[in-house]
Amino acid sequence: MVELLAVENVTAGYGEARVLDDVSLALAEGESLALLGRNGAGKTTLLVTLMGLTRVFAGRVRFRGGDLARLARHRRAQAGIGWVPQERHVFPSLTVDEHLAAVARPGPWDAVRAYELFPRLEERRRNLGNQLSGGEQQMLAIARALVTNPRLLLLDEPMEGLAPILVQELLAAIRGLVAHGGLAVIIVEQHARLALGVTRSAIVLERGRVVHRGESAALAADSAALSRLVAVA
Amino acid sequence: MTPPRERWSAIEIAFWIVPVVAYFALPTFRTFGSQVFVAGLFALSLDLILGYARIVSLGHAAFFGLGAYTAGLLAHHGFGEPLSGLAAGAVVAALAGAATSVLIVRGQDLTRLIVTLGVGLMLYEVANRAASITGGVDGLSEVPMWPIFGVFRFGLDGSTAYVYSLVVLFAVFVLMRRVVRSPFGLSLRGVREGERRMPAIGVSVTRKLVIVYTLGAAIAGIAGALLAQTTQFVGIDVLGFQRSADILIMLVVGGAGYLYGGIVGAAIFMILQDRLASLSAAYWQFWLGLLLVLLVLFARGGLIPLAEGLSRRLRDRRAKRGRGPQEAGGG
Repeated sequence: MVELLAVENVTAGYGEARVLDDVSLALAEGESLALLGRNGAGKTTLLVTLMGLTRVFAGRVRFRGGDLARLARHRRAQAGIGWVPQERHVFPSLTVDEHLAAVARPGPWDAVRAYELFPRLEERRRNLGNQLSGGEQQMLAIARALVTNPRLLLLDEPMEGLAPILVQELLAAIRGLVAHGGLAVIIVEQHARLALGVTRSAIVLERGRVVHRGESAALAADSAALSRLVAVA
Repeated sequence: MTPPRERWSAIEIAFWIVPVVAYFALPTFRTFGSQVFVAGLFALSLDLILGYARIVSLGHAAFFGLGAYTAGLLAHHGFGEPLSGLAAGAVVAALAGAATSVLIVRGQDLTRLIVTLGVGLMLYEVANRAASITGGVDGLSEVPMWPIFGVFRFGLDGSTAYVYSLVVLFAVFVLMRRVVRSPFGLSLRGVREGERRMPAIGVSVTRKLVIVYTLGAAIAGIAGALLAQTTQFVGIDVLGFQRSADILIMLVVGGAGYLYGGIVGAAIFMILQDRLASLSAAYWQFWLGLLLVLLVLFARGGLIPLAEGLSRRLRDRRAKRGRGPQEAGGG
């Protein structure tokens, strides 16, 4: 297994506040990881730390063998990290087509393949970002990250606020990505069962520390552990 | 397959037919017309910087003036070939743009305003002091131009100047139209809408801004060179603050961020100035001031978005009437 990402004893936060406390994790090429935990556990902080948006007090992040701390933010994306933020960051005055054209980089993922993954998006390709529903914006944010041809895709609460039918559609797409996408995926999710259903391994954070790591399937089967570690509805 | 935004709409085609018709319909206005095209090209260059990259500039005349002096001095010293004069003006202005872009891209609005203003003032004073080269306040006269392609002479009736300026304006416009629709142009619009989001999708904002600022400077240089060539004179006012302010007003009147806004604004500004100033010079400033206040109050964004909004409302009303009242509320 080829190592893609290694987070080594990272303590990070904002200003003087430390949100992550001595967090380590490793991810191989093409692997999938669910990042779980209660509200405020540090899940999103871990993702934005990879994007260089936090203050790192201690520890190291290696990505494809290189030290990530040395890279400017846009270089991290160019190095192969595709970040889909919780807020989606869709541009109101660009069409769906234009969103993809603006950031596409050569590789297996192009607009055609992105539209195969999200047929609903292709129907809306001429619509502006602010004319899309929440679910469509989420699909667009993922498609935009994909056409930059990342090695690692970071999905931050992709199901949040979506109608059940869209959640199913999105889950199917994510499952397809994990299986045949040729890239590694980290999913941050409040709905633990959804994320466990599409990933191979899982990590649970609590107050910035890793309190559980293991196979997603094993955690999903252990209802007691699951409700102890994450509040499951 | 060309995406729909690449295609020229009927309004766009009509827009470019107007100056062709005006050439035949208003033969006495050809000299004036070429000045309008120069201003339109200059406004287009500012649109790239302000409309597409949100960089405010109060010193854009610096690049216009550099282009004008470059083409003017070349002709003054015996090389009056028009097209290479334009190219030289573009290159000199682009170099200056690239050099000063470093100061511009890092700052915020106020910093940019002052830095561009400062650069403009400095260049003006340099041209003023170097009177032995530039002619100082008297200007640079004796700027003889060779015929275009060795065939078309610049005559007194302004026909050649008119066609030449129009062709250059159109050619640059077509190029810019492509640029703003390219991935580069699209990501610029992304920068405009969310500068902080762009690095996360692999776009270096600094690099985009340096490129667009340099490009804007190059086009301003072409506009300046065009003025020097068509008037066969370079006055020191090509570098003046007034010119920087006027071009900003033209662009705001027309609407920034549409490419057409600057050209429309330049035409309206110059025609109004010409008409009203012939009545009374003081009145011109009065009406201009009034127009600006009204625009900012009632037509935020300029005339182009105003016209777009009106035509959309008209179309909606017509569609509603066609559908009948019982369906009008649906959707």
